[in-house]
Amino acid sequence: MSRVFMKGCEAIAEAAVRAGCRFFAGYPITPQNEIPEYFSRRMPEVGGTFVQGESEVASISMVYGAASSGTRAMTSSSSCGIALKSEGISYCASARIPMVYVNVSRGGPGVGSIQPAQMDYLQATKASGNGGFQMLVFAPSTVQEAVDMTYAAFDYADRDRNPVLILADGVIGTMMEPVELPPMRSDEEVKAIKEGKRPWAIVGHELDYAHRAWIEPGQWSTAVMQRTNEKAAALYESWEKDLRWEEYRLEDAELVIAAYGISARIARSAVNLLRQEGYPVGLIRPITVNPFPYKAFDKIDYGKCKAVLDVEMSIPAQFLRDVSIGVKDRCPITTCLCSGGNIMSRESIIEAAKKSLEA
Amino acid sequence: METNLCVAGFGGQGVMTLGKFLAEAACESSDRNVTFFPSYGAEQRGGTANCFVVISDQEIGAPLGDRMDDLIIMNEPSLKKFLPTLKPGGRLFLNSSIVTDDPGRDDVTIVKAPVTELSLELGNAKVLNVIMLGVYVGYTGIVDEELVWRIIEQKLGSKPKLLPLNKKAYEEGLALGKKQKQN
Repeated sequence: MSRVFMKGCEAIAEAAVRAGCRFFAGYPITPQNEIPEYFSRRMPEVGGTFVQGESEVASISMVYGAASSGTRAMTSSSSCGIALKSEGISYCASARIPMVYVNVSRGGPGVGSIQPAQMDYLQATKASGNGGFQMLVFAPSTVQEAVDMTYAAFDYADRDRNPVLILADGVIGTMMEPVELPPMRSDEEVKAIKEGKRPWAIVGHELDYAHRAWIEPGQWSTAVMQRTNEKAAALYESWEKDLRWEEYRLEDAELVIAAYGISARIARSAVNLLRQEGYPVGLIRPITVNPFPYKAFDKIDYGKCKAVLDVEMSIPAQFLRDVSIGVKDRCPITTCLCSGGNIMSRESIIEAAKKSLEA
Repeated sequence: METNLCVAGFGGQGVMTLGKFLAEAACESSDRNVTFFPSYGAEQRGGTANCFVVISDQEIGAPLGDRMDDLIIMNEPSLKKFLPTLKPGGRLFLNSSIVTDDPGRDDVTIVKAPVTELSLELGNAKVLNVIMLGVYVGYTGIVDEELVWRIIEQKLGSKPKLLPLNKKAYEEGLALGKKQKQN
């Protein structure tokens, strides 16, 4: 397959179109503006709908509506914009509506900074809205991975009837890289996917009240609400099978770096440079950050490993909490952090790694 | 083999376009990995704009960094900001029309190109980035020169009347880069 040179945001949008996404609503915010921009041009070409909403709340609510009709629908934003969408995201999770959204995250908290950051980790993985719902959350390290994850996210969302989050960042969103795009789903396939959701979707059964579907983000009956939540909990339990992570050069590692997304990519290159200098360093990179691959940390040889180095673009550290649960006090954990829109450098990882090994 | 390049100058000097043309050509010409990362700050208006291009035959870790093999510098503030990131043995491509200070590094190769003057001689100040792209490609041979031109041609497709000027600018840059290499 041939490679095309694409910007992360545009590649994500194209992957969504190819997966059969036919509705997008969003509101501008840096550094993800190329996603709505791309959709605004591309959606009319495939008979889809692009709406620039009047706000983030309006946009996620439109996605909620569109996805309720069985259409593959998506929204995107960045950090503080994602926070505004949390009401609608929680509604989608409560009503068990399949939809996909992307957080091209930037510095925080608040308006923060427009540059890349990984400051939404706990929000993304633990509580993207009220009520304790869970989602599959994928964290891409390359533009190719962002493409593949977005394409697959629509299938996961439909399989589970649940929202799926792609947790990217401003580097992945704004960088350009060669990618291989997945195949375009035909109009027939897109139609069949929507048709497959007829049993639950609001598709407008004229004069047929018996089959009119309801979409319910809440219940009057406490008993029904509890049953709904029990079913959701069972779904979340079933995600063990979807756990994904990458292990890199763990075999003889005396130091294991734990990182996800863009930091992991930079860390991987730091591992190679450290290995060239003779330092036995490895890497664990969670690809699904919810559910979290805690068991990946059982692969470490704690007889050899002196420390695990948590590398993330967040101060205070957040990803560290899941890493700690995985490591279970079997060795010390050190950190290499940056924040405020500063981007992790290989040099600071190398320095932190050497320090951790000497300690 | 991995080449880390940073292109920096004033907003409006076309440094992003220069980087993007080069990166696209590298993507098309081979199965090498290549990344382009634009750095936008709150300083865009009148300040420095810069981008990073990494071309590698291995997996690329960081699409940006603070250890550069090559630097293309279009103005004074960028020289101050990015010169410390240039590795010993690295190559510095300078817009010598407006950067007149001595960089003060004898551990790097300096390639001077008066691209602002040359662009004015060609009658359009906007093509200084295309001249500099020519200088860089001519000097380094990092990407096939014909292919770089095809990318420029393709990108300017909607404005065909700009092609002859850009062709001239690119060729002048190439010739200058090759000449500097021989010296």
